[in-house]
Amino acid sequence: MPIDFNEIKEYLKEYDGPAMTLMEVCGSHTAAIAKYGIKAMLSDKIRLVSGPGCPVCVTPTAYVDRLIELALKENTRVVTFGDMIRVPGSSRSLGEARGDGAKVSMVYSPADTLKLAAKDPDTTFVFAAVGFETTTPAYALMLERMEKENIKNVQLLTALKTMPAVIDWLLGGGADIDGFIAPGHVSVITGSSAFIPAAEKYGLPFCVSGFRGEEILAAIYGLVKSRGQGRVLNFYPSAVTSVGSAEARNIVGRYFRPAAAAWRGLGEVPGSGLLLKDEYSEWDAGSAGLTEDVKKNSLCRCGEILSGKADPSDCPLFGKTCTPGKPMGACMVSQEGSCYHSYLNRVSDSEDSGDKR
Amino acid sequence: MCVATAGKVIEVRDDATALVDFDGNRVSAMTGLVKVSEGDYVLVHAGCVIQVLDEAEATSLNDLMREIEGL
Repeated sequence: MPIDFNEIKEYLKEYDGPAMTLMEVCGSHTAAIAKYGIKAMLSDKIRLVSGPGCPVCVTPTAYVDRLIELALKENTRVVTFGDMIRVPGSSRSLGEARGDGAKVSMVYSPADTLKLAAKDPDTTFVFAAVGFETTTPAYALMLERMEKENIKNVQLLTALKTMPAVIDWLLGGGADIDGFIAPGHVSVITGSSAFIPAAEKYGLPFCVSGFRGEEILAAIYGLVKSRGQGRVLNFYPSAVTSVGSAEARNIVGRYFRPAAAAWRGLGEVPGSGLLLKDEYSEWDAGSAGLTEDVKKNSLCRCGEILSGKADPSDCPLFGKTCTPGKPMGACMVSQEGSCYHSYLNRVSDSEDSGDKR
Repeated sequence: MCVATAGKVIEVRDDATALVDFDGNRVSAMTGLVKVSEGDYVLVHAGCVIQVLDEAEATSLNDLMREIEGL
């Protein structure tokens, strides 16, 4: 029987079954859910929470501190995606350190670093290589070029994360989640099958989703309908296959090895990251051991928010001392962050209700 | 850093990059992971083409729902 999209919308609005908490673990899903107002389209019985899927949000303070140290070092310049500039370190952000002479360039693609490096051979350019499975292949392609062209003045400071390991860790730690909107672009690389072990182990549905509003609603419908079943649905078949991209995984495997990784607010998670292999250590700007994670404000609840145990509005700092203009935690910094979007939605909600009065 | 929408390949270049158009905004992207041709719709992430979209797989809602209802 054909299903009309309106039926899905009506079903999700009227749903009165057992309460479900669904987690999305991709910054672009977080942003899309906010943009399309998905939360307002769901019954109160369906709660959406944002997991640790924004690469900037999960970077510990020790990593930011190390970037600042490098950017202040003689003949060294840090190159980064824009979001990273404002993430608080233990005492300040990379952007704030610019006032003291920290040298920082922003780029759109890591490969742009090689252009900068070619123009200025006396400077070492350190790329702030953060990201998940989707981003790491771009770093591997950059390393391949560096190897081929014998480029010596570029290094990476890595904070690379892998998704299945942290999901397993969250669920193993008792996170109260009934289903996952699986990350669309991570799945392009890993394949949807990467989530089968966790789905089966914990008896939960995963649904790989695209990024349009109707795709996300369809995925939520798929998860609600699959409640309590350990299975993986692929609702993004135009981009995602069961096996993913072997090419991408091969080139990543040539340069990187699995390692424990430190996640902001969560701590160290075994096997959830990647480091450069020992034979490529000349390209590593000191990435191992950056595990320290100091809260800028002890009341910050980023860690609980990233694991679905608290909503942004549960944090005493939210919207008061912590705002997008002056973020205390990384979730408020990034345009893929949970607190950032909750804050913007709250502002627009109050403007809406103001209009009605 | 993540562009959730697809862009169209305008030009494939010799240096393992392609020019990709996102609604008039054109960017250069690395093509080392997947083979691309002019006219392909691609996903670009961190300046790297990660996938060519398979239009034949742009399944309808009904096909997706069949997967659920078939339980």
